[in-house]
Amino acid sequence: MREVMTGNYASAYGAKLARAEVIAAYPITPQTSIVEKLADFVATGELKAQFIPVESEHSAMAACIAAQTAGARTYTATSSHGLALMHEVLTWASGARLPIVMTNVSRAMAPPWSVWVDHMDSIAQRDTGWLQFYCQSNQEVLDTIIMAYKVCESSGVMLPAMVVMDAFILSHTSEPVDIPDQALVDSFLPPYSPDLKIEVGKPMGFGSLVKPDQYMEFRYKAMLGMKASRDRFLRVEQEFKNIFGREHGGLLERYQCDDADVVLVAAGSVAATAKDVVDSMRAKGHRVGLARIRSFRPFPHDEVRALAGKVEGIAVLDRSYTFGAAGAMFTETKASAYSVQKRPVMKNYIAGLGGRDITPRILEKIFEDIQVVSKRGAEDEVEWVDVAGLPRRWR
Amino acid sequence: MIEVRFHGRGGQGVVVASEVLAKAAFKMGFEVSSFPFFGVERRGAPVTAFARFDERPIRIKSSIYEPDYVVVLDNSLLRGVDILEGLKPGGKVLINYPAGKRLPELPQRFKYYLIDATSIAAAHGIGSQTAPIVNTAIMGGFAKMCEMVALEPILESIREVAPVKEEENVAAAKEAYERTIEATL
Repeated sequence: MREVMTGNYASAYGAKLARAEVIAAYPITPQTSIVEKLADFVATGELKAQFIPVESEHSAMAACIAAQTAGARTYTATSSHGLALMHEVLTWASGARLPIVMTNVSRAMAPPWSVWVDHMDSIAQRDTGWLQFYCQSNQEVLDTIIMAYKVCESSGVMLPAMVVMDAFILSHTSEPVDIPDQALVDSFLPPYSPDLKIEVGKPMGFGSLVKPDQYMEFRYKAMLGMKASRDRFLRVEQEFKNIFGREHGGLLERYQCDDADVVLVAAGSVAATAKDVVDSMRAKGHRVGLARIRSFRPFPHDEVRALAGKVEGIAVLDRSYTFGAAGAMFTETKASAYSVQKRPVMKNYIAGLGGRDITPRILEKIFEDIQVVSKRGAEDEVEWVDVAGLPRRWR
Repeated sequence: MIEVRFHGRGGQGVVVASEVLAKAAFKMGFEVSSFPFFGVERRGAPVTAFARFDERPIRIKSSIYEPDYVVVLDNSLLRGVDILEGLKPGGKVLINYPAGKRLPELPQRFKYYLIDATSIAAAHGIGSQTAPIVNTAIMGGFAKMCEMVALEPILESIREVAPVKEEENVAAAKEAYERTIEATL
């Protein structure tokens, strides 16, 4: 049944349909209505779950870790500084191989204070061992939460996942969302039953000290889990498509890339706008395409590499910046493209920080720029877009 | 694609008005999207919200700069906020405006529709007498101004979103629909 709802409600419905058994969360703008809606579902009995109102995001993740260790399927949601406060326990969740699923409503970090979209919060957590999926629509948010449980809970993976959606642009935007039938979701996603869990009367050690002769093996196995999540994700999405009749493009969604001379690589909601721009530019004869990084962890290395071998120029749009380097999407895309024989020209565009609108006109200008740059090379590898005081005009 | 911008103040239900429009257009078979721009989430502060509807799926996630329609829930915003900014030529503006009061000078290239949503909301007991919640009444007026959106789906959507006093809100929208007039400049 299709209903008009915000990304936050789509997120709450995703957790409900996945039958999360323990929800521990702390409210933060713009994530709050996810937690409110879930609290409502639990209070009315629509969702049979333990709802734990905690005193901080650190405690929210700690509570999810404990419950998941005891064999429960858990869910939480946060944003920005809340995610930063969780940092310590994020590594615990992945190291302990707990397939927790969390929504992060991506929001800029302060100061200066901002409640609007920016990917610095989630990008800053990329090395914590979590899978990261960036969404472009409210439907994708709901679907990805359900898929994420299935990917993460498979015995070859057993890692947590972060479903990332843009503050306000998705979280507070209402659009039609299909709420899948609970019975179908149940047939797709069986109850969580881990091989190992804390059980009364069956003593085991969890999170114990290991000496240098054992530590690396734990990390190596986590690496194998992340590696396995690539194929697992693709299989899970295929299965999802067979049951629910829709898909969202795999790890790297390619739109009009087959015959493209230049492509834009981007993540999150801006990719949806970029599809409109690709269509309007193609109508004028420009062979442009869009490649959307849907999964940042695992990174779609093979897909990016295959794409890089076919195009002359790649523009990478980052909605965050890694100080002292470049945008993270750019450095990773470039790294994947390095082993290609005939490498395309690549340029990084830093745009949309702190909720600055990325308009179709700006995206068109990025395409026009990479068309030129792909022929003669980039003078500056990284350009900040639409910043007051810089010579180039983007509007 | 039809694009609509709403101007109001925190507490008047500006964001909900945009949601009512999106839900109503969706019921009529359109693809829809609505979103707020929160500046400061304070009672009384200017608030802007937006809605889009189209026959094709809506992908664009950028803001609305050239609306087809503008809805003004608080006429004190006629001073200080450029409510006509970017409005398309021939665009239509619905203003919550007291009956009989003289309009300020407005450009002739747009059409203006007036409805005293404040009095109607107050008469139906929606919100308080000093600060009535005008969003449902104004949406009745919207159905009058915009031929593409019918009154009945607006009323259905109001029933869905109204937390209390569903029928009072519906009655206010109906009355506003009847009493909305095109202004003669």
